[in-house]
Amino acid sequence: MKRWITTTDHKRIGLLYFWTAFCFFLIGGLEALLIRLQLAQPNGHLVSAETYNQLFTMHGTTMVFLALMPLSASFFNYIVPLQIGARDVAFPRLNAFSYWVFLLGGLLLNASWVVGPLFQAPHLNVAPDGGWFGYANLTERQFSPGPNIDFWLLGLQILGISSLAAGFNFIVTILNMRAPGMKMLRVPAFSWMTLVTQFLVITAFPVITVGLVFLMFDRFFGTHFYVTAAGATPLLWQHLFWLFGHPEVYILILPAMGIVSEVLPTFARKPLFGYTVVVFSGVLIGFMGWGVWSHHMFSVGLGPIADSVFAGTTMLIAVPTGVKIFNWIATLWGGDIRGTTALHFAVGFIAMFIIGGLSGVTHASPPADLQQTDTYYVVAHIHYVLFGGTVLGLFAGIYYWWPKMTGRLLSEPLGKWHFWLTFLGMNVAFFPMHLIGLLGMPRRIYTYSPDLGVSALNLVSTGGAFLIAVAILVFLVNVLRTRTHGRPAPNDPWGGATLEWSIPSPPPVYNFSVIPTVANRLPRWKTEHHEPMRDPPAVPPAPIHVPDGSWWPLVAALGLPVLALAPLTHTLWLAFIGAAILLVGIYRWAFEPFEL
Amino acid sequence: MAEGDHPNEQAHPSAETYLRVAAALVVLTVLEVGVFYVPAFHAVLVPTLLVLSALKFSLVVLFYMHLKMDSPFFSFLFGAPLLLATGVLVALLLLFFGTLTLRGAAGGG
Amino acid sequence: MTHAAATHHTSMGLDSRKIAFWAFIGSECLLFTSLISTYLVYKGRSVVGPSPHEILNIPFTSVSTFDLLMSSLMMVLALAAVQRGDMKWGKIWLFATALLGLVFLGGQVIEFTEFVHKGLTLQTNLFGCTFFVLTGTHGAHVTVGVLWLLTLWVRALQGKLGPGHALTVEITGLYWHFVDVVWIVIFTVVYLIQ
Repeated sequence: MKRWITTTDHKRIGLLYFWTAFCFFLIGGLEALLIRLQLAQPNGHLVSAETYNQLFTMHGTTMVFLALMPLSASFFNYIVPLQIGARDVAFPRLNAFSYWVFLLGGLLLNASWVVGPLFQAPHLNVAPDGGWFGYANLTERQFSPGPNIDFWLLGLQILGISSLAAGFNFIVTILNMRAPGMKMLRVPAFSWMTLVTQFLVITAFPVITVGLVFLMFDRFFGTHFYVTAAGATPLLWQHLFWLFGHPEVYILILPAMGIVSEVLPTFARKPLFGYTVVVFSGVLIGFMGWGVWSHHMFSVGLGPIADSVFAGTTMLIAVPTGVKIFNWIATLWGGDIRGTTALHFAVGFIAMFIIGGLSGVTHASPPADLQQTDTYYVVAHIHYVLFGGTVLGLFAGIYYWWPKMTGRLLSEPLGKWHFWLTFLGMNVAFFPMHLIGLLGMPRRIYTYSPDLGVSALNLVSTGGAFLIAVAILVFLVNVLRTRTHGRPAPNDPWGGATLEWSIPSPPPVYNFSVIPTVANRLPRWKTEHHEPMRDPPAVPPAPIHVPDGSWWPLVAALGLPVLALAPLTHTLWLAFIGAAILLVGIYRWAFEPFEL
Repeated sequence: MAEGDHPNEQAHPSAETYLRVAAALVVLTVLEVGVFYVPAFHAVLVPTLLVLSALKFSLVVLFYMHLKMDSPFFSFLFGAPLLLATGVLVALLLLFFGTLTLRGAAGGG
Repeated sequence: MTHAAATHHTSMGLDSRKIAFWAFIGSECLLFTSLISTYLVYKGRSVVGPSPHEILNIPFTSVSTFDLLMSSLMMVLALAAVQRGDMKWGKIWLFATALLGLVFLGGQVIEFTEFVHKGLTLQTNLFGCTFFVLTGTHGAHVTVGVLWLLTLWVRALQGKLGPGHALTVEITGLYWHFVDVVWIVIFTVVYLIQ
């Protein structure tokens, strides 16, 4: 237990991220089911409007920040060092710090569900309720007097620190800790997409941090950053939020695209078609993703020139995305296909992401978007790209890398059930939302009139949501059975091309008994240009130093929620305690003898 | 990781170079304040100040932060986000000041 | 201390901590630009006074600016001293940098107190909130820098800082110069361009 708390091993941290994120995914899913139950019928009264607002806010916030990002992070952590031939990340203690801060931030955010009584309110009353994008001026103290938004803005700032720290860590790791011979254009696609994602993180998160700080100052110190009467504008929040928010959606999708770029070649037994183009498209998406943010603001009155510019940039970004899709299809074309569960999810990703991308392209036109925005059409788009895209991609990664991470293979038959139930469920849940939205049902309303004519479609959508739930249960059964009945995995159950398959499943603590020297992009495959590499020996020829664990990342991390409690509870001295804990943690960390 | 002996770093500037840079920074600051106070310059106040401060910025970054002598990769790590930030600044100014949106300065926000 | 170099090959031939720190500085560019953009976007939109030209004290702030610029000079001299193993001057220059940093902070305190007396607070108007949050964030960065410098100075006094730690001092310098560079921008954009 102590070894897990003090661990600095990227593999253990990856597993911690995975289990924690999956729990949050289940909580977010529960919130979704409650939303769908409320909307299954017109004039529903399962939950009140206030509770409903908390449900959709927490669902979005949890899924984006506590489930999808950390699930991707679990693969960054576990797999990237293995793929680049490293023994660990560049800064192992910083890595542990990122995890603990994530856990504590997520707990703080979700604590809001149950701590109502501490704020003289009933339970289920003080969770964030301003939407996952927290638009001002609804989130100002005047219109949201309770602690709900305070939980939100403090939780997000804490989570931002976790992501930023990991961002710096992985950028240095991927750039500076590659095995000899692994030039950048020999780095696996997943690690490349991870690199681009981390650059997006370190540039986008500071912007939302500033936006949140402004909101915090408005709410706690009486400033007027978003108050119209003082000459300010709520639009500033929208700009700051979406300047972060749009790169954020690429942060959410690029890792899954990276996973798909690994899975398809392995199960088509064919190299990724146009690897260089796929990598550069990812880089281009990263850059261009900074130029489109106001397409989330087409209805606020930016004016025809701004609207046109952003419409243009938004349509342009479909190009590198489309290029990737064509390359993936070309990878499968003529390949020797093995229909594993991982491949099913990867192909499902392509199909669903195309649909989500198409609705996205329709959003790119401001006049069309004026009809779509703030309706369920957007909810459909979001879920096709984030569920059909990111979630399916993550499941592909789960089935693909599970043997490497746990030493056992997930059941393929159960996996197929999981896939098909998910695929069916998500389409039944989210396709009708395109129609529901165009028929006029707005987002974020807790109920609707039967006169709107969307009752049947909503009921169908709810059915789909519960199908997804059943699929998740199947997955959980698969996970549980695999612990005891799963087939033990060899080093390389799939015939993979990249370095992680050259070592045992799970790998020894030092990963590689000998750091390999890499001569090409597909080291473990025989190609027309080269023979496969020789895997590292089972036993290291020389003793390998393995760093000890450390308490200080956890201690430093603990300072942050204590700091956050100060404004939350209007108790100043807590801020000093929190700062002190953070400082002590940092100082002890800095002066602790720690050898990589 | 051994400190202080990296093949990519070239010879460090001498104390003399540092002092010269410091002198330049002082002179530039005097010029900046001068431009502020001398009415004749008010027509070109903004561009002049921007150029002067950009010069100061560059001197500190290139010499004190050693970017000129170091690996070009560090220049990329700093330059790309800086460029991005400048783009964001300019975009926000344009979006808020309505000059390109066919609305008056009072609207559009 | 040096055995690590043999086993820890780096793909770029650059120190990992230096790469991390430049990435951090890149990230901070976005942070300060968001604050400066907000200041600029809200310039002239305050509904009530006081306005910048009524409050800002250019002569006073010019002295603060000189002070910070000179502290950067102290910093590079500190690094040069540590690199050549001259810890006597290393300690002196490190302390001098921190001292000038403290002087800057003192100047900010005096300035802010003046402003409050003249009727400009965080809550007064848009100029107040954008000004104080921007310069306050910068001041917080200076404070962290001073603590960092004093920590190094104390380590040097204890004999625990030497030429083997030149990279640590270099990175401290990168932070300090960046904070100075941000001030160069703030001085121009907030104080001189009114």
